[in-house]
Amino acid sequence: MKDNRSHIIQITFILIGAVFIVKLFFIQVLDENYRLAAENNVMQRLIEYPYRGMIYDRNKELIVYNKPVYDLMVVPREVVLEDTLSFCGHLNIPRSEFDDKMDKAKSYSWYKPSVFLKQFSNEDFASMQDLLIDYPGFYIIPRTVRAYPYHGMANAFGYIGEISKNQLERDTSRYYRQGDYIGISGLESRYEVPLRGKRGVKYRMVNVRGLEKGSFKEGRLDTIPQIGENLVSTIDINLQEYGETLMKGKVGSVIAIEPSSGEILSFISAPSYDPNLLTGRSYSEYFKSLSTDSLKPLYNRPLMAMYRPGSIFKVVQALVALQEGVITENTRLHCNRAIIACHGLHSYEDLQGAITNSCNPYFVQVSRRMLNQGVSEDTYEDTRIGLEKWRAHVASFGLGAPLGIDLPNEKGGMIPNVPYYDNAYQSKNWKFSNIQSISIGEGENLVVPLQMANFAAIVANRGYYYKPHLIKAIGDQQEPLPEYREKHYTTVDPRYFDVAVEAMAEVVRSGTGQFRAKLNDIEVCGKTGTVQNKDRPDHSVFIAFAPKDDPKIALSVYVEHGGQGARAGAAIAGLMIEKYLKGCTDRSHMEEYVLNGEFLY
Amino acid sequence: MKRTDDIKASKLDWLTILVVIALAFAGWLNIYAVIYDTQLDQNIFDLSSNSGKQILWFGISLMVVTLILLMDFRFFDSFAYPIYGTIVILLISVLLFGTVVSGSKSWFELGFVRFQPSEFAKFATALAVAKLLSKPQIKLDKIKTWVPIIIVVSIPAILIILQGDTGSALVFSAFVIVFYREGLSPLLVFVGIMAVSLFVLTLLLGQLYIILAIVVAAVILIITGKRSAKKVRTVLLSAAVTAGVVISVDYVVNNVLQSHQQNRVKAFINPEADPLGYGYNVTQSKIAIGSGGFFGKGFLEGTQTKFDFVPEQSTDFIFCTIGEEHGWIGSFILILLFVTLLLRIIFIAERQKSSFSRIYGYGVASILFFHFAVNIGMTIGLFPVIGIPLPFFSYGGSSLLAFSILIFILLKMDAHRMQVLVH
Repeated sequence: MKDNRSHIIQITFILIGAVFIVKLFFIQVLDENYRLAAENNVMQRLIEYPYRGMIYDRNKELIVYNKPVYDLMVVPREVVLEDTLSFCGHLNIPRSEFDDKMDKAKSYSWYKPSVFLKQFSNEDFASMQDLLIDYPGFYIIPRTVRAYPYHGMANAFGYIGEISKNQLERDTSRYYRQGDYIGISGLESRYEVPLRGKRGVKYRMVNVRGLEKGSFKEGRLDTIPQIGENLVSTIDINLQEYGETLMKGKVGSVIAIEPSSGEILSFISAPSYDPNLLTGRSYSEYFKSLSTDSLKPLYNRPLMAMYRPGSIFKVVQALVALQEGVITENTRLHCNRAIIACHGLHSYEDLQGAITNSCNPYFVQVSRRMLNQGVSEDTYEDTRIGLEKWRAHVASFGLGAPLGIDLPNEKGGMIPNVPYYDNAYQSKNWKFSNIQSISIGEGENLVVPLQMANFAAIVANRGYYYKPHLIKAIGDQQEPLPEYREKHYTTVDPRYFDVAVEAMAEVVRSGTGQFRAKLNDIEVCGKTGTVQNKDRPDHSVFIAFAPKDDPKIALSVYVEHGGQGARAGAAIAGLMIEKYLKGCTDRSHMEEYVLNGEFLY
Repeated sequence: MKRTDDIKASKLDWLTILVVIALAFAGWLNIYAVIYDTQLDQNIFDLSSNSGKQILWFGISLMVVTLILLMDFRFFDSFAYPIYGTIVILLISVLLFGTVVSGSKSWFELGFVRFQPSEFAKFATALAVAKLLSKPQIKLDKIKTWVPIIIVVSIPAILIILQGDTGSALVFSAFVIVFYREGLSPLLVFVGIMAVSLFVLTLLLGQLYIILAIVVAAVILIITGKRSAKKVRTVLLSAAVTAGVVISVDYVVNNVLQSHQQNRVKAFINPEADPLGYGYNVTQSKIAIGSGGFFGKGFLEGTQTKFDFVPEQSTDFIFCTIGEEHGWIGSFILILLFVTLLLRIIFIAERQKSSFSRIYGYGVASILFFHFAVNIGMTIGLFPVIGIPLPFFSYGGSSLLAFSILIFILLKMDAHRMQVLVH
């Protein structure tokens, strides 16, 4: 019996050993999860964020750079806090926030660092550094945020921020990870890929306390970060600042373009904000107040605000009519006010005079000739054919569709076409008399300020344009993106432009009130475009280019509710031209007029 | 001169010695692997490191073992009680004058050497139990004979519990194996195993289900077969006792166990419930072992143990290093070595002519088996965490020395087994 018991004991020993061996086979050989968990334990993925590319203006002034800030990190396992309240006091956060952040960090990992508080300034860092010696488990890592030495041009720059869940889902390149920063609007968004560079990833091994213990798999998985590419902007930052000063207290926009290249010299949206507000820790605080501001400082007016083109459109009409051969330079027509009202002090005009004096009846008659050319005997059908032909010409001026500037969210405005009217009248029974208000830039026509500035450039160039753009060099590549190197001709023959140029020169030379854009030594060409509003003052609109021969600058000025185009619009246009071509202005009375005028309603 | 001849003449069991040396050597390499840091490049013999200190303890153990081999083999039989008494006195004095290390007051500090009497209590108790049970008139089916046995086993166990080292005290339950071999009713062993299984089942499944099962079983037993008043009474009584055990589980877990012990029980039942809190040790230990794969990561290539993810890696959790660096194959060989050692000791015990050395041999086997089963079992989640070392393998001087003494007393007596009859 006792022998038997000895055997039972021996069998028990063998059995336990066998159970261990089987169990070990399961967890060591069959189950992959333990190996993965082990890698997860020791492997720390260190992301090396490259510096985001900087942006210079056309004269190599630095206008966007990176400023160092500091993130406070925490490793929950190492934290020894005797007096949590005084720690909160130093950080200036309430106890509840401390607990929230601590819980969040713990739920991420006990022994891997997570962000506790974001983006301390240099000054905060200095005071924190001494303090942290007493608080194990907390330490600081450097990061960068965007900084803008000129405090302006916010609507063009846009801003960067943490990538949202939505963006993360839509990211087909699979580049971004949660917590990454990404250009959200403006140039930061449009040039995100060259600006961001390529982040580097370094895998290293750490022990349970997060101390480095060498590279993971001899660094075979590591990648080296690539610094973001610097951009050279087309902007003249001095002109930009000057324009922003002039637009203080007003709502509207000023866009200046170099006609020979399509380079945007100034891009002003008013009111705007200091782009430095939307960087670093102040982002969330200011973003809310900016987005609820009734004057909409985040609204990018040059690209998004749509207005009727007003009298400026008469220049387009003149050019298209000449091309269509329905008039010549010498065509004289009566200012027949039975057709439509007119402000001009005239009764009989040739083409140039009609443009200069903005004769409404002249252009209604001209438009009727364009739209009803007698191609079809059916008046309705004839109008349809004429409208489509007309629309094709107008579209070649970059109207009715987005121009394709290198900024997001550009609107295209509206040039009506046949289907539009079919839909509006719910039938094909409409003819010229129904739609004649489009002849003089009223009615359904809508444009954005950028399109009007581009139109000024087209006239300045006598018939062509480059797509307006804000970036002329990316990294080592000393030219803009290919789409901005392509010349776009309008469908109107360049020889017809002379009469438009002469008329616009005459507007400034002798037109009523337009003297505000007139300069002593430079011949400025311009056109008012008062946009009428029902109950409130008109928008003051002015387009111009100068000098008349070999133009260097073309621009559009919009001042909402600024009265006639000849007032604020013309004055600002003149000052901008003077500033750009001469570097300064000696017409301080005009500056005062602009600065002190009550244009904000 | 005479004694040296004795040693020459005697036949030491070299298989056991070889296995013990293999275990100790492998343990030493693993202790080095734990402290090894790629950036520091320490020397394995550096006396300030654990691996260096372990070498010192090898030396000390070797000297003590030599001393044992030089002594008269009858010494241990004759002096079993004095040895036991001395150890009990040491256990009491450590309670009074000892040093607290990680929550247990089990240590004497002599200069730079720390010494843990509870380790030595194991072989001393084995000697005392052997002495008691080897009395020819002993009858294990009498309650009267149990009183001194229970006292002899309980005194050191209780003293060690008082030191705050419940794990080491639990080792003394291993003597059940000795008692079973010497005639303890298998029914009692069976009832004991059932009670423990019931306890664990209750923890795993919850009281309600177990009690339902007991009720159902009792009803089935009563309505089937022959119905007699006696049978009904017996069934009802056993059902009540069983239900009592089940109901006591919560009370024991919540009131008898200390909070860290409660957590170990919880971690055993479900380590995933709080992998960063009470489940941390078991989770990390399993990760380390499981990440080793079939062949392991290679000597000194382990990351989990080396980078401190596993707690107590050179002592209680030393098996993780084997599992991680030497994989399943290394673990297999280690388990094979232990099972070989255990079976060999049983073989040695069974060939003894004196019942004292046989019973002592079973004591040795039981103690080693308990350490082996519980230590490896806890690292792979088959047993709650109980802080006891892996014999000959874990870092620790007292444990190495005490296990060496434990096994070499047996080997010494085994070498002279043929002289017993003559004597």
